[in-house]
Amino acid sequence: MSHVVARRANTEPRWLRLTLTAVGLGFLFLFLAVPLVAVLFQGFAKGWRAYLDGLAHPDALHAIGLTMFIAAVALPFNIAFGVAASWAVSKFDFRGKSLLITLIDLPFAISPVVAGLIFLLIFGAQGLFGPWLAEHDVKIVFALPGMIIVTLFVTFPFVARELIPLMQAQGKDEEEAAVSLGASGWQMFFRVTLPNIRWGLLYGVILANARAMGEFGAVSVVSGHIRGETNTLPLHVEIVYNEYNVVGAFAAASVLALLALVTLALKTLVEWKMRQEIREQRAELPPERTE
Amino acid sequence: MSGSIRKLLAGALATGWMAAALPVFAQTSLLNVSYDVARDFYRDYNPLFQKYWKEKTGAPIEIKQSHAGSSKQVRAVADGLEADVVTMNQASDVDFLADKGLVARDYATKFPDNASPYTSTMVFIVRKGNPKGLRDWPDLVEPGVQVILPHPKNTGNGRYSYLAAWGYALRQPGGNDGTALEFVGKLLKNAPLFASGGRDATTTFMQRKIGDVLVSFESEAELIAREFGKGEFDVIYPSLSILAEFPVAIVEKVVNKKGTRKEAQAYLEHLWSKDGQENAAQNYLRPRDAGVREKYAAQFPPIRTFSVDEVFGGWSRAFPAHFKDGGSFDQIYQSK
Repeated sequence: MSHVVARRANTEPRWLRLTLTAVGLGFLFLFLAVPLVAVLFQGFAKGWRAYLDGLAHPDALHAIGLTMFIAAVALPFNIAFGVAASWAVSKFDFRGKSLLITLIDLPFAISPVVAGLIFLLIFGAQGLFGPWLAEHDVKIVFALPGMIIVTLFVTFPFVARELIPLMQAQGKDEEEAAVSLGASGWQMFFRVTLPNIRWGLLYGVILANARAMGEFGAVSVVSGHIRGETNTLPLHVEIVYNEYNVVGAFAAASVLALLALVTLALKTLVEWKMRQEIREQRAELPPERTE
Repeated sequence: MSGSIRKLLAGALATGWMAAALPVFAQTSLLNVSYDVARDFYRDYNPLFQKYWKEKTGAPIEIKQSHAGSSKQVRAVADGLEADVVTMNQASDVDFLADKGLVARDYATKFPDNASPYTSTMVFIVRKGNPKGLRDWPDLVEPGVQVILPHPKNTGNGRYSYLAAWGYALRQPGGNDGTALEFVGKLLKNAPLFASGGRDATTTFMQRKIGDVLVSFESEAELIAREFGKGEFDVIYPSLSILAEFPVAIVEKVVNKKGTRKEAQAYLEHLWSKDGQENAAQNYLRPRDAGVREKYAAQFPPIRTFSVDEVFGGWSRAFPAHFKDGGSFDQIYQSK
């Protein structure tokens, strides 16, 4: 199969291959590299000092801290839910399994603004539980809990989406072997399952983290935009930009861009590790498992 | 490997706990929910009030600010954002909260001057040297003039611009609703686009260099000068414009619950103090206090204005007549 594809690729004339490559690279350059450079360029437009002032502003610092805090709280939940959901889907057969998979994908399909509005309709003052919450003085929307909930909602699919195909491909033979040799449930999980899925899990966590830190729409709906309290980094960027403080806005944006670059680097590393591991596994596995 | 993942999890949780333990709930705090461009004003005003309050009562007070588009802000307050006070740029937004029972129906009489501590008006911002010679509203409806303004249907800034032009046409000899509709229709035909908000309109005009004239608040002109430089544009005062009022109100439901009525009342009242009025003038908003107005007279050229109450019978009438579905704006657009 593979050599057929390779030969067909080679029959394309050289000029066509060069043109396609140039178009692809040009597109990447125009739509990815140029905006990234523009962000940094705008951030430094008035020099280092203005850039650092923009970042050192108490509101900006608070926004950075809050964004990281929300991600730090949302991720453990995501890991727990994601692993549990993919465990259930890949290792067991039960009714409504495809419904569960569809539900896991729901946050991908729903626009983030709508996701935010859903929680407003549930927890807002005029919402379903609003009166009850107000009576008991519990604040969900326009406060930290609401922002964490919507972040959880929009990042929910990443870990599960990454793990389900991986765990399905791995099957349950190794777990069954572990249990038959007398492993307890946790022993099996930590010694067999987790080592098998670790790179996939990490990959999902990295993607979820990127989304959690960058989320704008859903968080904007439930944040209330209180400066120094419920303003995350993406919201801060918009507000500062609208105040004509271009340097401040792009300085904050450059932090987001930096986070994205770190994410990309980690992602590439994890992908590389994953490929390596799969290759090793293939080498170790008896022939009938390689398919 | 499993060990390091566990360590990672523990680390994340520990960070979370530390950050969650950080907020301190010690002093009284007020939340002021405000419109988009009021940030500079309240950034300067809040320390003034905090100092005054400390001197008067000996107690420190914390003021938190929330800013976004005004309609979005009142929606959030209605949905449970716990604002002690709202400071808006249009009565229709506060009316919405009165409809929801959050603000007293007669909020406008609870403070002097229609509960609006300062005012502004709509002016023209034109390119340096005014190359098209735009002096008054009729110049803006001439063919070939491009007018930039935010969307009249859903932005405060755009609504004031729209009503300013409408009121001007009404006040001309022989003016009536029909001639005003025609006049405003011609004006809107000269708009190549509608910006999504006051700030967006400014960026369109100043940064993207679209249009011959930007209709905006007088106070915006000063902010534009700070950001883009004074020599980049001229400010033109038309012969007649609209009086923009900025109503403030206490959110009854919230202050009753939090027990912050005294603080909220003082916070808004202090806007009318000498300090508060000077702060308005320094932010290029026209103060109500005659003495302060005198002091800053150079910065506020005299201009004839009419209020929304005088010409349109208040926002509660102007809003449905012009901006709701089927209002005059829609009529213009359906015939266009």
